[in-house]
Amino acid sequence: MRTGLFWIFSVAALAGSVGVVANVRNPINSALNLVVTMLALAGLYVLLEAQFVGLIQVMVYAGAIVVLFLFVIMLLNLRGSGTTGAEVQPLVKIAGTAVVAISSFFLIRVLSTGRAPWPDVDASYGTTREIGEALYTDYALAVQVAGVLLLAGILAAVVLAKKKLD
Amino acid sequence: MGDISPFQFQVVAALIFMIGVVGVLTRRNIIVMFMCIELMLNAANLSLVAFSREVGDDQGQIFAFMVMVVAAVEVAVGLAIIISLVRNRDTVNIEDASQMKW
Repeated sequence: MRTGLFWIFSVAALAGSVGVVANVRNPINSALNLVVTMLALAGLYVLLEAQFVGLIQVMVYAGAIVVLFLFVIMLLNLRGSGTTGAEVQPLVKIAGTAVVAISSFFLIRVLSTGRAPWPDVDASYGTTREIGEALYTDYALAVQVAGVLLLAGILAAVVLAKKKLD
Repeated sequence: MGDISPFQFQVVAALIFMIGVVGVLTRRNIIVMFMCIELMLNAANLSLVAFSREVGDDQGQIFAFMVMVVAAVEVAVGLAIIISLVRNRDTVNIEDASQMKW
């Protein structure tokens, strides 16, 4: 069961991310492929017993961030103005892909050394209660800083997207 | 966890990260490049959560949560920058915004 779900979610996540990169016609298609990737990753988080992170992934990424992307694409009316005629030269593309393939090979080699089996965790692991308790006790300062960061982000977005500064 | 090893989750995370790197290197549409940056952040999050489960401690999940907060702020500011870029230069091609390139 879990093995099957792992393969389904992994293949969906990888196919979605390839779709984001390979889609040269319309940025909206890239954004929809991004939704597939985000939802598949949320499934992988739940498989890893991180229910809270999976839930936040669905709400924040699939629900807010990708919608913001789609909103901006439609606001700017970029349909058809995809940069098909202005992509980089094939040589650069091949060189970039080769560098990345070699570095993924070494990355996988490094990650595959000395794997331990999964430890047993209690039923409360990764639940909203557990994470919330940790966030509001041990990580209270980090939560406050995140709040200030979000406020700064809101202000910056409003100022930058304003039509005219007066 | 069946016969899935922690290593397999790390391989999925590494591959998604590398697909994001390829996207940033090869695409010139600024919005798609931005989506590829999101892919890389998500791959790092998957790696964090998988290591967290492997150790049996939830600190990695809290770290992933903080990465999500930063990613949300980054998207808001980045898309605002893209909006003003398109307003001023009427393009989403990154090559047309190279005035600061030496």
